[in-house]
Amino acid sequence: MKKSATLSNNGALQVRLTQQTPFALNVSLQCARGELLALTGPSGSGKTTVLRSIAGLNHTASGYIAVNDRVWQDTETGQFQTAQQRRVGLVFQQYALFPHLDALDNVQTAMSHVARAKRKQRAQEWLTLANMDGLQHQMPHQLSGGQRQRVALARALAREPDVLLLDEPFSAVDQLTREKLYRELAQIRSTLAVPMILVTHDMLEVQQLADTLCLMHHGSTLQSGEVENVMQRPLNARIARLLGHKNVFSVKFTNHGVGGRLHAFGTCLDIPKPASSQWIPADGDQVDILVDPSAIIMHRPDKPSNGERENPISTVVAESVCLGNDVALKLKVESTGESIAFRLSRHVAKRNSVTLNSQLNVSLLAEGIHLMPHLA
Amino acid sequence: MSPFWLSLKLAFWTTILLIPIGLMIGRFLAYSDVRGRAWLEALVYLPLVLPPTVLGYYMLVTLSPNHVVGQSLSFVFNEPLVFSFEGLVLASLVVNLPFAVQPCQQAFSAIATDTREAAWVSGLSATKTFARIELPQCWLGVLCAATLTFAHTLGEFGVVLMVGGNIAGETRTLSIAIYDSVQAFDMPAASGMTVALLIFSILALVIVRVAGMQQRRIR
Repeated sequence: MKKSATLSNNGALQVRLTQQTPFALNVSLQCARGELLALTGPSGSGKTTVLRSIAGLNHTASGYIAVNDRVWQDTETGQFQTAQQRRVGLVFQQYALFPHLDALDNVQTAMSHVARAKRKQRAQEWLTLANMDGLQHQMPHQLSGGQRQRVALARALAREPDVLLLDEPFSAVDQLTREKLYRELAQIRSTLAVPMILVTHDMLEVQQLADTLCLMHHGSTLQSGEVENVMQRPLNARIARLLGHKNVFSVKFTNHGVGGRLHAFGTCLDIPKPASSQWIPADGDQVDILVDPSAIIMHRPDKPSNGERENPISTVVAESVCLGNDVALKLKVESTGESIAFRLSRHVAKRNSVTLNSQLNVSLLAEGIHLMPHLA
Repeated sequence: MSPFWLSLKLAFWTTILLIPIGLMIGRFLAYSDVRGRAWLEALVYLPLVLPPTVLGYYMLVTLSPNHVVGQSLSFVFNEPLVFSFEGLVLASLVVNLPFAVQPCQQAFSAIATDTREAAWVSGLSATKTFARIELPQCWLGVLCAATLTFAHTLGEFGVVLMVGGNIAGETRTLSIAIYDSVQAFDMPAASGMTVALLIFSILALVIVRVAGMQQRRIR
């Protein structure tokens, strides 16, 4: 990035918001500088409200928002900085470009903090950073969805914000453009030293772009932490399902000397003893389990492996759908009728004659089974 | 002054004075969600449904020197406003309020909320957002408002007759002159004036339609 286009060097963002009306909100989150936090959850969970509150476009009944030592909102002391007073870069879901201004002027509008004589050149630099070279004089209605998104991002960055907020910025573009924009954002974000919050429904987007994840539901934070940790170790079955996991089952746990034993799928699954730092169920407890799809191993008659001896289960392919290079399978456990979701690459499925109604034996690797307290 | 020039002068002053008012009220109605907004809207759009004679009657009574409002205005203008050009302008402002407000209100309503919010987040104050983001997007609405106000003022009859009377050179506008000519069976004169009004009205509507299409194209 060019020297003239560097962002200010600010600290972490702290957000605590509570309100009862017009809908309940109880959110607490932190985002360090340079960190990209994905705010996710079903529609109506309050993600956009949180984002708008950080931007100063929404006033919650009770809340504290601060970036490093600068307090933007503190209802206890009656402090509230307006959207104009906060240095926020916000990329709106529909980009919200000014339709009567060309790309360059759209970016320049956010540069009132820059000396008038330097604005044009700096705006051009932001557009270059956003891969919009040569399109600076195009009007918004002449640009494609992806190009509009780039201008919106350039405008948000041109504000030289203390916090960058992205409100479902990829939802209005096609898949090809989206993947291109992911790469561009990943490149740009490596140069940004500000907290970034991305609102999205797309878990794949979260895994590709975010460092941390905050899952919201009905206005409350259900779980937050590093993406991999939250994805692989959800606190309960409801969270697991909200994160898009399909292989969530309710089973009985018994102690088994060196480890645990789960009574599931008409058999017993052995798992190692949970670490003392983890939640440990009592003997005989009903527990919920999440089976990581990557921990499901297909038995290959032509090429048996040691892994096959670990928690084998006999299933039948009940559903087989081709999705690009993959085949999404629904495996029905023969003894209990329960379904396990599983993916195979297309050529592997073909080579092993995995077709509808064919028998398929799989192993559930113990390390990929996550225990959660049972939800009534 | 001939009825033609008097009508143009009346339309000019009405348009010039009413557009800022229309912009202000139109913007307020577009963005405000205060309680009682429906009542305010009803009041603004009342001249559209109220018979001109009824409106003219109330204007006449209010502007007369016997009424406290008429007295105050007489003091300001140094003459009674009834049967004067100034009174005619005032009446015209009231009658044409809906024509100035509605296109502006629609134009402001058509501006996406997130565009205004993007301006605030970009650091623009409310005044700068109005001047640099809102106004350039609704200038076609303002053009429509000005055209409709101007055209409607040219053709206004009832209220003008009630408040201004029919004083040659002072309050006898084109539409009143047409009425006079027909009463006097001077059809050629009436016909000339009606053609002028007809052409102007068609032109006004074309401008409004083209402006509307242009607005849609930009969005």
